[in-house]
Amino acid sequence: MSAPALSSLTVGDVVAEADFALSRDSLVRYAGASGDFNPIHYRDDIAASVGLPGVLAHGMLTMGLAVQPVVDWVGDAGRVVDYQVRFTRPVVVDPVDGAVVTVVAKVGRIDEGAARIDLTVTFAGETVLGKAQAVVRLEA
Amino acid sequence: MSVNPELQGRSYPPTAPYLVGREKVREFARAVFATDPLHHDPEAARAAGYADVVAPPTFAVVVQEHALAQLLADPEGGIDFSRVVHGDQRFSFSRPIVAGDELTATLTVTSVKTLGGHAMVTADALVADASGDHVVTATSSLVVRGDE
Repeated sequence: MSAPALSSLTVGDVVAEADFALSRDSLVRYAGASGDFNPIHYRDDIAASVGLPGVLAHGMLTMGLAVQPVVDWVGDAGRVVDYQVRFTRPVVVDPVDGAVVTVVAKVGRIDEGAARIDLTVTFAGETVLGKAQAVVRLEA
Repeated sequence: MSVNPELQGRSYPPTAPYLVGREKVREFARAVFATDPLHHDPEAARAAGYADVVAPPTFAVVVQEHALAQLLADPEGGIDFSRVVHGDQRFSFSRPIVAGDELTATLTVTSVKTLGGHAMVTADALVADASGDHVVTATSSLVVRGDE
């Protein structure tokens, strides 16, 4: 389990990609684990009553899973020293078919002792997170 | 009800200590599809130099929530929770959270902006361990939708 060296990276390299299949079970599991029991994440009637197109994944669930390909790539979550996202579009999770969220992680910038990894996170062909960036500490 | 612009600069008292449990870290890791052994196996975590299992980066939100709850419940704040949408989120770490940590979060509202009928409230939660050392700053921007 050795982390990649900074010198082996080039801006624009794709360093990791992954698909995540979300089901309603995933949302209930995240609600329990995080303590976010907002019913728009598990009740169709409430989601509809506030004008949503359906039950949505928690934004923080999408943020949480989107960094995992980067964590696996560096081999230690402790190397993630900064992580930010903007929530731009909801992920609607169908009760039967669920939702697939796709993450592509690319080298965005290389600094001394760290690399900025830019994440493209899409659902149904559209990006759902903006300015999704993780800074990882790496050795030269 | 509208957001009180005087919230800007307001700080809240530190939250009660939150003890990070090993099973909670594992449970949270499973929920965010975090499969790395450092989140689940104490031996693997120790071999990597940590005292116990390492929390996934976004676990900090669990501690931050307790601090944000103070802001949302502030009677002078004017924030209607049913109109709140999460806009941005950021975590800046001094070190990762590990099981056994006893964490407190201290919230400060750094900015209140009005955009049309909406308001954007940004707050920093400084999360510190039992020694008072900084662990992570969790920054949230909340969009509070105005009356339609």
